[in-house]
Amino acid sequence: MGKGNPKQQQPSQNESSINLKGTFISVMLLGIFILIAWFGLYALFLSR
Amino acid sequence: MHLHKYEKIWLTLGLGSLALFLLIIGFAAFWKGTHPQSHIETIDPQNVEAYEAFKPENLGVREVADGKYIVNMVASAFNYDFGTDIDEKAVKTIRIPKDSTVLYQITSKDVVHGFQVAGTNVNMMVEPGHISRYETVMKNTGTFTVVCNEYCGVGHHQMYGTVEVYE
Amino acid sequence: MSKNYLLFSKQESRLYMAFMHVTFASLLIGGLMGLLQTLVRSGKFTLPFGIDYYTLLTVHGVILGLVFTTFFIIGFQNSLMGKTVGISDKQRKAAWLAFWIMLIGTAMAAVTILVGQASVLYTFYAPLRAHPAFYIGLTFVVVGSWIAAFVNFRQLYVWKKAHKGEKSPLLAFMVVINMIMWFIATLGLAATVIVQFIPWSLGYAETINVLLSRTLFWYFGHPLVYFWLLPAYMAWYAIIPKIIGGKIFSDSLARLAFILFLMFSIPVGLHHQLTEPGIDPTWKFIQVILTFMVIIPSLMTAFSLFATFEAAGRKKGFTSLFGWFKKLPWKDVRFLAPFIGMLAFIPGGAGGIINASYQMNALVHNTIWITGHFHLTVATTVVLTFFGITYWLVPHLTGRRLTPKLNKLGIIQAFVWTLGMAIMSGSMHIQGLIGGPRRSSFSEYAGGEQVATWLNYQLAQAVGGTILFIGIILMVYIFIQLSFFAPRGVEEFPIADEEEDAEKSPKILENWYLWIAITIALILFAYTIPMFDIMRHSPPGSVPFDWPIGR
Ligand SMILES: [Cu+2]
Repeated sequence: MGKGNPKQQQPSQNESSINLKGTFISVMLLGIFILIAWFGLYALFLSR
Repeated sequence: MHLHKYEKIWLTLGLGSLALFLLIIGFAAFWKGTHPQSHIETIDPQNVEAYEAFKPENLGVREVADGKYIVNMVASAFNYDFGTDIDEKAVKTIRIPKDSTVLYQITSKDVVHGFQVAGTNVNMMVEPGHISRYETVMKNTGTFTVVCNEYCGVGHHQMYGTVEVYE
Repeated sequence: MSKNYLLFSKQESRLYMAFMHVTFASLLIGGLMGLLQTLVRSGKFTLPFGIDYYTLLTVHGVILGLVFTTFFIIGFQNSLMGKTVGISDKQRKAAWLAFWIMLIGTAMAAVTILVGQASVLYTFYAPLRAHPAFYIGLTFVVVGSWIAAFVNFRQLYVWKKAHKGEKSPLLAFMVVINMIMWFIATLGLAATVIVQFIPWSLGYAETINVLLSRTLFWYFGHPLVYFWLLPAYMAWYAIIPKIIGGKIFSDSLARLAFILFLMFSIPVGLHHQLTEPGIDPTWKFIQVILTFMVIIPSLMTAFSLFATFEAAGRKKGFTSLFGWFKKLPWKDVRFLAPFIGMLAFIPGGAGGIINASYQMNALVHNTIWITGHFHLTVATTVVLTFFGITYWLVPHLTGRRLTPKLNKLGIIQAFVWTLGMAIMSGSMHIQGLIGGPRRSSFSEYAGGEQVATWLNYQLAQAVGGTILFIGIILMVYIFIQLSFFAPRGVEEFPIADEEEDAEKSPKILENWYLWIAITIALILFAYTIPMFDIMRHSPPGSVPFDWPIGR
């Protein structure tokens, strides 16, 4: 793997300290979508 | 290995949802008995008539108790045999009153077929050598197309029937 | 200069390009079949020369599901291995052998189908019988892929010996995981084809055990879809971060996800057989639980990807909640196409959970919802990612450049594909829920309201299919340009790096024996009793059925 991109001198950051709020909201929306789809189809199954 | 705290929350909720789904379908299956078709009884595909339910005179719909029906059928390329009516003509439509409990029983004489009463939960694979069985309550009225939904040869799309559920 | 800009040797490039040429020839042929199918199903078009719909369907499934995917994957993965751990002359020759065996097998199967001797669809369910050449051709494809797999194993082994104590490159690790999974899975396919189908199709065995053959097929059939998906995940985890100017989010989480895929992709095949007779429902349910386990690494992946994007954006200085999102390289097709693929995996994955949900499977089993489902997962998620890879891989191999014009055309291609697939797959999902069957030529059945509704959706599918075919022509045009005509230059092979201060990956992640042992243990757990039951309760076997039923 190509090492070294000297221009990228970022401050040392621990993973936990990265701000991932946007990620968190995105995955939550994804989760809600899965829940809605699943329960919607389960309701359809029960109605038949 | 290190997980970000949001990832911990996400995975906990995700795993929780999966567990919830499994609990719901597991409860429906093992407490309420709502399994998918999973019958374990074999039959000689070359001689299905030897089996009582699939004798020609026993094919078609039959009321066995008040509000309880059995439908016996034999699938073969490219036809569902629902038996014959009083004029000796092949039955193509099965009529059932609403809210009755119906046991569908079907087997194949040749290749693998499907049996789906489209728009209901009756959806089974029909395999030579095995009997497929599914019992359900026909809750909704209407005319439902029966389709062979597993490829069975050149005439596959011509293999169909009708189930009519009336008031 | 970074290795990313160092071109392969001519000989090496030629090997990887050979796989790409077969890939895109397959795409064109298979895509044309798909177009014709949607047209036939619209009811407005009949096939000329008495061509059978199911011959087209078989070509479409085999060529796109088995040939297009396998050739792309093995070509792409070989290039990843070449780039990260290197390939020796001997290994390269063995890889060529793999290529030729696979190609000969493909040609055998393809010709058998085209002359109408194998209209059995790509699942070739017994007791429909194809000509023996079809099964023998498939065996060649699989055996060829095994050679490719063992070359990859050897490549990593040699590298490890030369780099004692170092962790293997992430992409090489992922390739080896995928090929181990493929090898274990195809053993089931080989067993049913060699022990059951070939002797029976030749007439040496009179009958075949139908349920056993189906169970062996699906033992292979589910890992097959993960074999398609994992190369896309490789690109998402380790290529895309480079393209967006970021870093790998977490090397160890990526490896862990792949290990989980290896362990849980295989012992789950019964979820394709939920509505079949002859299998104990308890074991079906156990495999449903195992199927739900394989969702976990995808949940992890979803988080990692969003986090990769956000971290990259925030390092560039975007502080607002979604500012980073706007600044992703939307005008770079190497990013855009795979990104749309990722989005498609959201409904695709949700649909997958529904399909696997035991009794709920009756809602969708063998309806055209399923066709819609895998046109999202494979034909959108995986395929758009593969296209995204093609835009840099092919010019890197041919020593050319992805010009701004071709990049733009690629963006148009991605949108055309998205639109066509949204229409086609969307209408398939709906039609399936109201009972429309899959794998069926145009039919009005007994008529009536229900069927009339289906036919409207089939018209929509023809519109979607036509748009998709335009997308295929665009893609093949771009491929030809990148292969032969684009201006000479050096296109980057974008492999992402880890953060300089990244946490060290635990050593246990490379404990191959442990992961393989767990995988085998899970397979034995999930399959021993059901298989034993199936064999013990066998009905009389089935004699073969040829035309007009089969062949
Ligand atoms: Cu049929």
